[in-house]
Amino acid sequence: MSNSEIIYTVIFYVFGLLTIGSACIVAFSRNILHSAFALLLTFFGVAGLYVFLQADFLAAAQVVIYVGGILVLILFAVMLTNKITDIHMSNPATKPWLAAPLVLIVFAGLTWLIVKTDWAVVETAKLISEPTVEKIGYAIMGKYLLPFELISVLLLGALLGAAYLARPKKKD
Amino acid sequence: MLFDFASVLVFIILGLLFIFFVLLFSWVVSPRNPDKDKASTYECGERPLGPAWMKFNIRFYVIALIFIIFDVEILLLFPWAVVFQKLPKGVALVEVLIFIGLLLVGLAYLWNKGDLEWVKTVDKDK
Repeated sequence: MSNSEIIYTVIFYVFGLLTIGSACIVAFSRNILHSAFALLLTFFGVAGLYVFLQADFLAAAQVVIYVGGILVLILFAVMLTNKITDIHMSNPATKPWLAAPLVLIVFAGLTWLIVKTDWAVVETAKLISEPTVEKIGYAIMGKYLLPFELISVLLLGALLGAAYLARPKKKD
Repeated sequence: MLFDFASVLVFIILGLLFIFFVLLFSWVVSPRNPDKDKASTYECGERPLGPAWMKFNIRFYVIALIFIIFDVEILLLFPWAVVFQKLPKGVALVEVLIFIGLLLVGLAYLWNKGDLEWVKTVDKDK
């Protein structure tokens, strides 16, 4: 392994540990606000992993939308909810005997998938490629123009729906 | 391309180090003789009543929802902006104007319905 490969590998594992560790905090924290803040690190770690997959646009999207938007929304949702400071309200443990086999099945299934999948291994030297943003730009302005415009309609629907649902109901 | 992101990583590490050293510095040089007033949330201000963890106004949530929609819109404009110079000008511009125009209709609707107005609706809630 060359020097740069070692550095890449170390940084990769740092981001991996960051993602998994903070995800554990999200799952196991007794305080739902701590969970929400730990989610910040999870999203950030995932963005780092996207960079390692050469998905630079996706990494930027992850930071802009998930860290900048969704997380704020989750925090607001936590703060908005009544009586959420009570641990029995925010993190109730329901039916562990039912959850345990389900979790085991999911774990076994995922492990089986990871072992069975024929992962494409690419040499690091070939990975140094050009940014993807430009290619995405040509794609959405050419071949995928209709989906691009449809995204706008979808966003419009989400905008109107969100505003309608959140609007205070008239009392008459 | 990974090399470009190395500079991002350097920025992140420098930022973390900066915070660490500022906090360390203030911890080293600051005198410590706390009393009841200094330990309160606002030393020179109002005395806080009740816990800080209170219910937020729902208006914050609506604004955050609207923000996310336009967040996604801005994000999708970045690839367009990168290739804009290399495409036939009129076509690329019209395509994006349709994209933005559809969302502007939504914004106009929200504005008209008063969803963007903060103070008025707070008064109505009371």
